Amino acid sequence: MSPDFSVQLTGPTRPPGAEASELRCGGNWSIHTIAELELRLADVHWPESGETIVDGSGITVLDTAGAWLLQRTVRQRAARGCVVRVQGLRTEFAALLQLLATHEIALETPIAQPAPWPARLGRRAWSAVAGTHGYLAFVGESALALLGALRHPRRLRWRPILHNVQTAGVEALGITGLLSFLLGIVIAYQGADQLQRFGANIFVVDLVALAMLRELSPLLTAIIIAGRSGSAYAAQIGTMKVTEEIDALRTIGVGAQELLVLPKVVALVIVMPLLTVYTDVTGMLGGMVMANAKLGVGFDVFVDRLDEAVQPSSYWTGLVKAPVFAVIIALVGCYRGFQVGGSSESVGTQTTLSVVQSIFLVIVADALFSIVFLWLDL
Amino acid sequence: MTHSAARSPPADAVIDVRRICTRFGEAVVHDNVDLRVNPGEIFALVGGSGSGKSTLLREIILLQQPVSGSIRVFGHEVVGMSDEKALPLRRRWGVMFERGALFSALTVAENVGMVLAEHTDLPPHLIREVAAVKIALTGLPAGAGAKFPSELSGGMRKRASLARALALDPELLFLDEPTAGLDPLSASGIDELVRGLRDGLGLTIMMVTHDLDLMWRVADRVAVLGNGTIVGVGTMAELSRSDDPLVRQYFHGPRGRAALEQAWNRK
Repeated sequence: MSPDFSVQLTGPTRPPGAEASELRCGGNWSIHTIAELELRLADVHWPESGETIVDGSGITVLDTAGAWLLQRTVRQRAARGCVVRVQGLRTEFAALLQLLATHEIALETPIAQPAPWPARLGRRAWSAVAGTHGYLAFVGESALALLGALRHPRRLRWRPILHNVQTAGVEALGITGLLSFLLGIVIAYQGADQLQRFGANIFVVDLVALAMLRELSPLLTAIIIAGRSGSAYAAQIGTMKVTEEIDALRTIGVGAQELLVLPKVVALVIVMPLLTVYTDVTGMLGGMVMANAKLGVGFDVFVDRLDEAVQPSSYWTGLVKAPVFAVIIALVGCYRGFQVGGSSESVGTQTTLSVVQSIFLVIVADALFSIVFLWLDL
Repeated sequence: MTHSAARSPPADAVIDVRRICTRFGEAVVHDNVDLRVNPGEIFALVGGSGSGKSTLLREIILLQQPVSGSIRVFGHEVVGMSDEKALPLRRRWGVMFERGALFSALTVAENVGMVLAEHTDLPPHLIREVAAVKIALTGLPAGAGAKFPSELSGGMRKRASLARALALDPELLFLDEPTAGLDPLSASGIDELVRGLRDGLGLTIMMVTHDLDLMWRVADRVAVLGNGTIVGVGTMAELSRSDDPLVRQYFHGPRGRAALEQAWNRK
């Protein structure tokens, strides 16, 4: 492609004494050509001093980008102490150049130097400390809001609570039920091989029941709810923060804690134990189906054996975790929502963090429960 | 207004809207709307809230489809146009949204530069420079380029959005409520900016606005949308003499009168 623009410098044309060189510009000076034009201008051998005339009579297309390049060239010459005159431009191009000349163009966008590594390390450490502090403060605020609500139970907002029970609980029945049913099948299937070897087919009941009741069903429920509802809480509150709805709530005199956080915590505390019991049942059903198919343990035998295999404590130790997990998920989700800054990107970041951190904390809490139950010999 | 008088009637309209009908369910928004925007003109579309002016704007810029009718932009029919075919057209116009619609994860300079990076193959330093030029043209202060949209005031956000709309040197500029939510000083700054851009860059500008002062100062022609159709088109002076009740209501309300008096006093 031949360039449809031209730049040419003709040396001092006038007799010495009134030395002036002339830069002839022509063709298309637009955003599509300035990259090449810039290279061409860099090759021009400018005279050390004296007057330069920029002749733009050949320019047929000039947009702001082209005008900027012309303007910048003129400025650079002028900064070297040369006298520069622009002439021959069409009136509309001259007007454009004039328009640019009247504006101060800030080129030096300060590029922030990366801080030295000790400073960065310190900052990260500090932000971790501050983050923990923020978490604790948030938990404290929520606890205060809860105390206030307990003192005046009328102020507890039942409508959002019930709405959350609906969305986080009732609407999650399908997915939690299906997954724990499949999990029950998998455990029975995995155990079947080993148990068959010892002729201990009937113990598949103990395996499925204990695994589901004590560990898997509360954990599975918590993970699904963290992904399903915890993330939704973070995204909802985060978006409300971006659109200044949280500030609006404050000015109306409604505590964000009271309206947004408390109903979610209460709803999850109601819903999670119920869901855990439900997944206990569906998981066991899955185990029953597989025990029947793979080990020949009939449904009636399975149910009979359950009586001996499961102590009430197995059931309670699983169930008691559920409200704790609920509080963790709801608080982490809401806290991450409040941490959202001004941008839509930060909504995404915080939502991701909410899921990662709540699952992390749920598993840590689960481990702590195991230790405590071991001490208590449950 | 001297501009329109000086211009000879142009052959091809930049925007030619014919018999547009739009319905949302039962609600009829547009009922046979006709509109023409001529090259180099500053055209204002006004109307009460809910009169469908923003909808019409969205239909012209291909964000929404009318039920029937034809919209030609630069001579191309845009109703039912595919995204692929629309791309070259979209590069020829710029849109400034009412609330800025800046990408919140990018700085102002990156917002402008991103458009350049997508559509040209300029080296990074030239992208930065051209972006800085656009930002300066819209009257933003020197440090604004490095800021994030959330750090800007409402008026600055509008200017930044305008800078992004101007990134590719469009021939046609759409402004959605360019002065809404601005203080009078910033608003009159926008007046001058709009006129300066038209004169300096040779743009055709179509704006949706409520601002009577802005219309008196910069609009060559104004169309009033009401009851689903255009109830009046003309220069402000012509419209202020109109007998149509909707137009009169608009231009002879208390604020309309004040703007009218001010406009006469200026002359």
